[in-house]
Amino acid sequence: MSRTIDAVVSPTQTNTIPADISGQMLDLDEDDDLEVFSKDLTLADGNMFNASMPTSPGSMVNQCKFEEDEESDSKDIFITVDNPESHVTAIETFITYRVLTKTTRSEFDNSEYEVRRRYQDFLWLKGKLEDAHSTLIVHPLPEKFVVKGMVERFNGDFIETRRKALHKFLNRIADHPILSCSEDFKVFLSAQAWELTTYKKQGPGFLSRMGETVRAVANSVRGVKNRPEEFTAIQEYVEDFSNKIGSLDKVTQRIVKEQKEYLEELKEYGPTYTLWSGSEEELAEQLKGVAGCIERCCKETEEQVGHLSDTLVPVLHEYVLCAETLKAVLRRRDNIQAEFEAKNEALATKKVDRDAESSDLGFVWGSLLGKNPEEARHQRQERLDGEIEELKEEIDKLEDRVEWANNALKGDWGRWQRSMRGDLKSAFLSTAEKNVDYYEKCLAVWETFLLSQRTEPSEETDRDNTP
Amino acid sequence: MMADSGSEEIAVIGNTDLTSAELENNIKNTMVEIEKWTSLLRKMEISVGEAEKRTGKNTVNMQEIYTVYLIETRPVDAVTEGIIPAPDSLWRRYSEFELLRNYLLVTYPFVVVAPLPEKRAEIVWHKLSADNMDPDFVERRRVGLENFLLRLASHPVLCNDKIFYIFLTEEKGWKEMVYETGFQAKADSRLKAMNAAFRVKNPDKRFTELKHYSDELQAVVSQLLRVRARVADRLYGVYKVHGNYGRVFSEWSAIEKEMGDGLQSAGHHMDAYAASVDDILEEEEHYADQLKEYLFYTEALRAVCRKHELTQFELEMAAQDLASKKQQKEELVTGTVRTFSLKGMTSKLFGQETAEQREAKLQVLEQQIEEGEEAVKEKNTESDEFVKTAWIDIEHFKDQKDRDLKEALISYAIMQISRCKKGIQVWTNAKECFNKM
Repeated sequence: MSRTIDAVVSPTQTNTIPADISGQMLDLDEDDDLEVFSKDLTLADGNMFNASMPTSPGSMVNQCKFEEDEESDSKDIFITVDNPESHVTAIETFITYRVLTKTTRSEFDNSEYEVRRRYQDFLWLKGKLEDAHSTLIVHPLPEKFVVKGMVERFNGDFIETRRKALHKFLNRIADHPILSCSEDFKVFLSAQAWELTTYKKQGPGFLSRMGETVRAVANSVRGVKNRPEEFTAIQEYVEDFSNKIGSLDKVTQRIVKEQKEYLEELKEYGPTYTLWSGSEEELAEQLKGVAGCIERCCKETEEQVGHLSDTLVPVLHEYVLCAETLKAVLRRRDNIQAEFEAKNEALATKKVDRDAESSDLGFVWGSLLGKNPEEARHQRQERLDGEIEELKEEIDKLEDRVEWANNALKGDWGRWQRSMRGDLKSAFLSTAEKNVDYYEKCLAVWETFLLSQRTEPSEETDRDNTP
Repeated sequence: MMADSGSEEIAVIGNTDLTSAELENNIKNTMVEIEKWTSLLRKMEISVGEAEKRTGKNTVNMQEIYTVYLIETRPVDAVTEGIIPAPDSLWRRYSEFELLRNYLLVTYPFVVVAPLPEKRAEIVWHKLSADNMDPDFVERRRVGLENFLLRLASHPVLCNDKIFYIFLTEEKGWKEMVYETGFQAKADSRLKAMNAAFRVKNPDKRFTELKHYSDELQAVVSQLLRVRARVADRLYGVYKVHGNYGRVFSEWSAIEKEMGDGLQSAGHHMDAYAASVDDILEEEEHYADQLKEYLFYTEALRAVCRKHELTQFELEMAAQDLASKKQQKEELVTGTVRTFSLKGMTSKLFGQETAEQREAKLQVLEQQIEEGEEAVKEKNTESDEFVKTAWIDIEHFKDQKDRDLKEALISYAIMQISRCKKGIQVWTNAKECFNKM
């Protein structure tokens, strides 16, 4: 599995820092924030307007070999995200995470890097990757805010949950045969803070990006005409999957809520038995025993809920975000095809124009103005031929682009499905195992109690005989 | 229970119940009967088989729907002859059970009479209906009524009561018979006395402690039942939400290839898990009913304590009365007036009494003193007998309570164990299915 990192495509963008900071300061809807990024950067893919780009998208695929059934048996890069720290400046307070990289890859100068990154930086990286590979599936980032309406951004659980998700995000990229070759990725992992800031500032200006955005919108309005069947199938699947995973997310969160409420009541239940035991003589022992059992079951219940929150909830949530990512990827693919189709139509129109013999208004005018009709017509023909040639060149490039986009997506699709299956299977398995464990522990608690009760009757045979 | 009807009414103490003679007789009979058979149950099987709805006119002549319960009895020896004959049966409604119990309370004040199951569902949680017509409630009441009858039938004193026997065996005319005993009048005056306020100087300490205990028991068991109901409600919620997994897994499996089978079967297990809670909580309801019975028993305990106080108070009153009469005699004899009295005043003002007048008064007083001494003796015996018989029954009750509640707690533990086992099974199965994903 050889990889060569070259000065990879990433037409570097100006980081929309103003919008970003404001996003983190205000209580914006997290989805909007992420959407802002992906909309802006859709058309940077295979940006042929950037003359400085050395390679075409097509050749890049060849350089980073794409292997269908890779396992991380020969994993040559290890990344951890840990050690959250809070930083206070005059304007804001934010958290940075330590990103530790250990690698044997040749494209890295050192074998070990330790840098600090904040959430913004991760957002930037994701944007760049989607930019450069608009039809690859980039694993989602955790949202800006965990729960709608949750005020505490800096509460321990929130930070830990985010840290784990960021860790997963980077590792997924590292595992990806194409994405891990990205120069932006390398810079993210290795550059010091000031270096990163400088690096972020490169790339096409605001205006050219505006132009691309306008085209993207225009294309999405126009829509794609001849979508290949397989992508329609994928789109339908993604719709359904999105619904199902959303439902599962809600159901699981509801279970957590109900379980927590159950736990609250249970905590009050045990003590009533203890209270009762205070009034009894013969029964006191037993009542205290029952109280003890309930208390122990409370602890187990607490653990079980914690496990659910830590293991299943985050994964389901991740895949809810994935579904949105997939939808965006499919849209981008459609747009690329739409652009290609539009150009083709334009070509066809031009050809028709050129082949039309007369009744050209310009021709009539020209003759009125005294131009030689023959010459005028000849000029016109030449002009149109030129335009047609240009169009044909553009169309070729677009065609390549479509093919590359489709292949990239197809390849990544299989890969994503496998990941999804693996992730969800393991999360549900873990949950089921924990539940079995929970019930086994509670069973032991009650069985112990029962055993203690059944051995007592031997002491009581004397009592039974008294009248 | 100390809420009085506005005044310190104590005049009605007399005639609230059996005289000491009657009481003595009763006890003698009981002792004899005990030798014959210790409980009615040795003689006959009793069960409350079914419940049915009837319509009829109530006391204010309005149509109403009520439930009747089938009481079946069968002589024990009939069964042992190899052939099992059909049981004798009759129908009774809840109000008749109440009448029976009230009669027993009044007739045997020293007995801790078993309580009836709830008239209305009091402590409910969301799945449990508060509707008296709800079949589950009716069923639980049926069980409660059977339990009530069995308690009575196994009580050494109550099982021999004629009214009780006829309640079980003759449908018609029973009500009239009960009223003919005149217990209603006793019941009314008893109620009045129970609610009156009075102070006892020397109650038996054991009864004071018992009253204290029954108050505590009532408070703590009420609280326990309330919390348990809330816990049950929450548990219901947890299980039922898992049913949604079943639905979504099933839908999801339709769009997956490799994961489809695993998801589909896992979904079935989630459905099973959600459904299992109904039986689990229904079983627990029986446990709650067992606790409720003892919650209601506290009322009977308090009634016995109260009766003791009443008896003791009567004794103290009689003794006080006697003492005052004796003192009056002494004063009359010695001529000294130690206590202030209107008579003394008037005699001072209007002159001394004649010797004959004094003599007459003395005679009356001596007569009263004699009667008073008889009364005190009677009351003393009454009180002693009451304390003795009541305490026997209370000890009997305590033993029964300890046994029953111990068993109830064990059965609760068994229920929890069963629930855990079911949980283990379901999730192990689900785990298998997830493995196949």
